[in-house]
Amino acid sequence: MSAYNFAYLDEHTKRMIRRAILKAVAVPGYQVPFGSREMPLSYGWGTGGVQVTASVIGPGDVLKVIDQGADDTTNAVSIRKFFERTTGVPTTTRTDLATLIQSRHRIPETPLHAGQILVLQVPIPEPLRWLEPREAETRKMHALEEYGVMHVRLYEDITRHGRVAQTYEYPVLVNDRYLMRPSPIPKFDNPKLDMSPALLLFGAGREKRIYAVPPHTRVRSLDFEDHPFEVEHWDRPCALCGARGVFLDEIIVDDKGGRMFACSDTDYCARRQAEGAIGPNGA
Amino acid sequence: MKGGERAIENAHRLLAEERRGDPAVPELALAQIDQQLGLAVDRVMIEGSLHDRELAALAIKQAQGDLIEAVFLLRAYRTTLPRLGVSLPLDTMRMTVGRRISATFKDLPGGQILGPTFDYTHRLLDFDLGDTAARPGDASEEATVVETPEPPATLDPLPRVVDLLDREGLIEPVAAPPDDEPVGDLTREPLQFPASRDVRLQNLARGDEGFVLALGYATQRGYGRNHPFAGEIRQGEVAVELVPEELGFAVEIATIAVTECQMVNQFRGSAVAPPQFTRGYGLVFGNAERKAMAMALVDRALRCRELGEAPGSPTQDEEFVLYHSDSVEASGFVQHLKLPHYVDFQSELVLVRDLRAAAGAVPKP
Repeated sequence: MSAYNFAYLDEHTKRMIRRAILKAVAVPGYQVPFGSREMPLSYGWGTGGVQVTASVIGPGDVLKVIDQGADDTTNAVSIRKFFERTTGVPTTTRTDLATLIQSRHRIPETPLHAGQILVLQVPIPEPLRWLEPREAETRKMHALEEYGVMHVRLYEDITRHGRVAQTYEYPVLVNDRYLMRPSPIPKFDNPKLDMSPALLLFGAGREKRIYAVPPHTRVRSLDFEDHPFEVEHWDRPCALCGARGVFLDEIIVDDKGGRMFACSDTDYCARRQAEGAIGPNGA
Repeated sequence: MKGGERAIENAHRLLAEERRGDPAVPELALAQIDQQLGLAVDRVMIEGSLHDRELAALAIKQAQGDLIEAVFLLRAYRTTLPRLGVSLPLDTMRMTVGRRISATFKDLPGGQILGPTFDYTHRLLDFDLGDTAARPGDASEEATVVETPEPPATLDPLPRVVDLLDREGLIEPVAAPPDDEPVGDLTREPLQFPASRDVRLQNLARGDEGFVLALGYATQRGYGRNHPFAGEIRQGEVAVELVPEELGFAVEIATIAVTECQMVNQFRGSAVAPPQFTRGYGLVFGNAERKAMAMALVDRALRCRELGEAPGSPTQDEEFVLYHSDSVEASGFVQHLKLPHYVDFQSELVLVRDLRAAAGAVPKP
């Protein structure tokens, strides 16, 4: 791989992306356009996240890559291998030992700590996109802080279903100013965005946007006084480690309706099991 | 332009020379195209609506690799073929799968089978692949042949993810149409609106991959959005069965490779129906997952009226989509602009000159 620079991207590109990141950190929740490059993996696979990671990673970093909360999913394995190959930095599955975590669709269960960077891959950065498909319009709406349509949209859910029927990419207001789409993490993870001690970076490659939630920034999930925001919960523990209050995956075990629920965060689950915790189906 | 006949003959001769390229470079065999450019063959068969690898390879060779031209060649051959019968519906439950994935469940009965896919390759040019053709019969090429594991084929019926959801009533039920209901065929009957779903699906399957892909992508970006999840994609071999009238029972006449995509889409419910997942469907010949997925997205977008959604985007406009998806029609009409239009243009010239003179812009010549 000597034909390629450390972390694949050339240094000029990294500098351009780091400038976009600095701007994003300075204006929390604001979508900064950047000159997204074509990457050797497909759009939708995390090209934005990979570019952000490639721009901030250094030889001293310890990298963790997850997809759907798991370290062993195919795309996580692929991206981890990409950085192993292009940087040679050590990788880990341990959330607490990683300095840099790239993730798709989850924030780890283990609380992040100061000094860590979490990079989230974003397919559609614009929270108003389903309400207004035109970018020129949505940028104007952000500039004018014109977010009434989103409240109306949530209110329509309440009149129709008696609750907000948005389960992932639940809209948040960052630093009491910008409406932000928290990548498609389940709304279960939204509270982890609020006052996070770690730096949260969001990269959207195909849409060419970077945004950020700096450490200790207020992030509020939109709600109403009489319909406060709430997260999903399960009436059973993880079948493997017995954890409660974590996000559980549903796994179909046969074609007769049999199913099992287990931690989506494989590192969290494995470490609990290693410490002796055991669930109903645990070994 | 006089002497048109000789000009055309010369053009054909030049085309044949261009197609062959440098005679010092060995000529492509159809088997090479079939084996080493198999995905191009798949695409030409899909959009050409004809399952014949050898003819598709021939079309690609004759068209110099222009796949839209190759589709045209195959269509023009297909149109001369008699339609001898209608097969039984393909039973994709009984597919010998080479690849089967679901994005909605981490694991499921029958398992996730990754199969051959570009998905997790890093798109780095493999310089080792270059120039092997320049050394025909080179021993090193044979030496690099590695024992590939037997594809994880399974013969037990593989349950479909959508059926698992169906059991819980979470997804809209789909009743199989009655056996005696004829299947639409827009190569025999002209397209009429509103089009039935079978005809729409046929149109999308034959439609240009780029067009269908772009529309599918547009639905994801908010133009006719339908909240899709790839419930299941399976690729593999299925039997084609026919019931000959004189026999009265089904006979297997062929095995073909297909790719099937079942999208699971959100539906917010209406005054009369509680929220339920809905379906988008894609099925194509060979190994063409991108096409099958895009097709399923557009299929779902086109179902908007049936599901009581207000159509507001081109992707939901059946006439816009179905009239413009066909590359043979589109390519023909766009390129016909190259044909002489002297007469019409002369009339326009006269008119525009008159109008400009009347407006006092320029004197009439």
